[in-house]
Amino acid sequence: MFKYFFSIRKLGFAVVLVLTLMTFFLTARSEATEKEPIKVGVLHSLSGTMSISEVAVKDATLMAIDEINQKGGLLGRKIVPIVEDGASDWPTFAEKAKKLILKDKVAVVFGCWTSASRKAVLPVFEKYDHLLFYPVQYEGLEASKNIIYTGAAPNQQIMPAVSWLLKQGYKRFFLLGSDYVFPRTANLIIKKQLKVEGGVVVGEEYTPLGHTDYSTVISKIKAAKPDVIFNTLNGDSNVAFFKQLKAAGITADDIPVMSVSIAEHELIGIGAENAEGHYAAWNYFMSMKTPENEVFVRNYKARYGQDRVTDDPIEAGYFGVYLWAEAVKKAGTTDVKKVREALRGIKYKAPEGWVKIDPTNNHTWKIVQIGKIRKDGQFDIVWSSGKPIRPEPFPPLVSNKKVIAPGKIVNR
Amino acid sequence: MGTRLKENWIYLIFAIVLLLLPLVLSEFRLNLLGKFLTFAIVAIAIDLIWGYTGILSLGHGVFFSLGAYCMGMYLKLQAESLPDFMMWSGLEEVPWFWKPFQHFWVALPMAVLIPAIFAVIIGIPTFRAGIKGVYFSILTQALALVVSIFFIGQQPYTGGTNGITNFRDIFGFSLAEASTMKVLYLITVLALIVIFVLSKWLVNTKTGRILIAIRDGENRLRFLGYNTSTFKVAIFALSAAIAGLAGALFVPQVGIISPSMMGILPSVEMAIWVAVGGRGTLTGAVIGALVVNSAKSYLSETFPDLWLYFLGALFIGVVLFFPKGIVGAFARLKRQDSSKRYLLTEGREV
Repeated sequence: MFKYFFSIRKLGFAVVLVLTLMTFFLTARSEATEKEPIKVGVLHSLSGTMSISEVAVKDATLMAIDEINQKGGLLGRKIVPIVEDGASDWPTFAEKAKKLILKDKVAVVFGCWTSASRKAVLPVFEKYDHLLFYPVQYEGLEASKNIIYTGAAPNQQIMPAVSWLLKQGYKRFFLLGSDYVFPRTANLIIKKQLKVEGGVVVGEEYTPLGHTDYSTVISKIKAAKPDVIFNTLNGDSNVAFFKQLKAAGITADDIPVMSVSIAEHELIGIGAENAEGHYAAWNYFMSMKTPENEVFVRNYKARYGQDRVTDDPIEAGYFGVYLWAEAVKKAGTTDVKKVREALRGIKYKAPEGWVKIDPTNNHTWKIVQIGKIRKDGQFDIVWSSGKPIRPEPFPPLVSNKKVIAPGKIVNR
Repeated sequence: MGTRLKENWIYLIFAIVLLLLPLVLSEFRLNLLGKFLTFAIVAIAIDLIWGYTGILSLGHGVFFSLGAYCMGMYLKLQAESLPDFMMWSGLEEVPWFWKPFQHFWVALPMAVLIPAIFAVIIGIPTFRAGIKGVYFSILTQALALVVSIFFIGQQPYTGGTNGITNFRDIFGFSLAEASTMKVLYLITVLALIVIFVLSKWLVNTKTGRILIAIRDGENRLRFLGYNTSTFKVAIFALSAAIAGLAGALFVPQVGIISPSMMGILPSVEMAIWVAVGGRGTLTGAVIGALVVNSAKSYLSETFPDLWLYFLGALFIGVVLFFPKGIVGAFARLKRQDSSKRYLLTEGREV
């Protein structure tokens, strides 16, 4: 019996099981104490479909952290980023968020891109009453006290773009989007807005994420004869759509396309010559002429390569770190609750100009701009709000709710 | 007596260790292990149909997710009377087929029954038509693609790409409490033990022998007068039901279910766990799920930029050097006192 019990095969099982379990024990490190560096989490997709966009935002976030460290750190302490890969998979985002909060005990997390990943980590941040900086424009209808939204709310991108188009005389809209929450909600808002401001929807089409055959959609566009196409397609689909639109002989002079998910970074993939003359609405363009932006672009290129470009989410990922650092300085501590309190109304001069965290809804006051795509992949800014616009995560057109304090949402 | 009894001792010790781990592991690690154990249950489900019956299903993510969605619907209705994604998709009230799921005792049986019924619906025509081998695998892969696209498209009813998340309570207990998580973990361990023991029992019954016979020589079995397609449908349904149960246990612990869990990629990954652990042993399935997922978590935490390469190397390494998985590798070490039981690990290529 003894001989059998400790036979090689059984021993093998035991070794494997022990190794598996040891992985858990070994990675459990000791708690951070005072005067140690400040740990912050960076949670983006470094693999999978979203990595093409998110890696650049991660790079900008790390650059801001390094800059602060070079100037002596924060509260006399160094900031140490802990990078995690969300792998373009929503449950993984939730797992890694838990890991950063519970195991690494980070002071804050910067990350996420898709609404799906934000929705996946939101319960985690609320459960542990923690803090996430989210750098991408999104569909609104959310205002957690545990998330700081540094990208645009609908009234800081989509709605001004629609108003501007109507003012230019474009009345007949064709809505085209990827089939998920952002385009669906965006189009809900646009349809209501057109009804109020005097425009019509002549077509509405959704394609699955990653869809690449737009011949059917383009023939529908031809039949509907719109003045303008409002494009909320995401990711690779844009490459196919713009190429096929050009191949079908539709230029920006015939029917211009207004996009809200295409920035300088995406234009590299699409090929600027395929999208020349079309429009995009953002809060930041790389071609902006502010002194802060010139320094930002120069440093980003010096660090990551001359062929790299900056764009709106990259910039939002960058200044988010500075907003957090300002709040830490004001609070005199990295304690999550105190920093969150200090964040209300905090300001920073970002590459796009002054940005400010709204004291009630945790979104960011931002300037709104519309750019026309140039042959070199940059934008000519054709319209600007001139001053930062107050964020409104719950547009009255589609929602009867409003935010009265961080995390407190009531019926209007 | 001998070996069989001693093997049971190993299982018993392992079970006790799993049950005692909540005392030593941190909340985060325990939660993670709980998730891996639900994966181990899926791995057992796949081992039953692939390792024993020789049918490679690359669509188990679908059954897992169907179970998970049933539980997700229950949890969502506990948290909000009208789920948020329905609101922003323009629905005014909860659709009729959602309503029964507000009751736990409807949601839980459904999490097992719906995947099973779905498997029967898919299984009867395909197995009757004699579709097998690589064609069946491709078919299940297409199934994973179709169902995930369907779920993404039906945003008002399924939450679309985002899936269902932001839960609050289960059975009246707050999901934010560490104690609730501990209980969920223990329930998962018990479920794993029960499924494991029942599966062990099943493969040693006459039915189990027939399943192995289907794997090793289906035509001979048919000549002997067995209707093999009935057995195949039955094991496919059982396997789907087990996967559904695993999904139902997965959701409250992870806090989200989305179509990203039912596509081709996760479905293939599930088969990989079994391949890495070793087919046709059940033990191998459990070990494979735990080892691969632990490695995945550990590597991605340690090398966030490079972890996929390490994981890929692990898979290639296992296939090249241990074609019969981790369990098979140890069995080979002990080849000299080979006994009949090891014949089970001689899984036929599918």
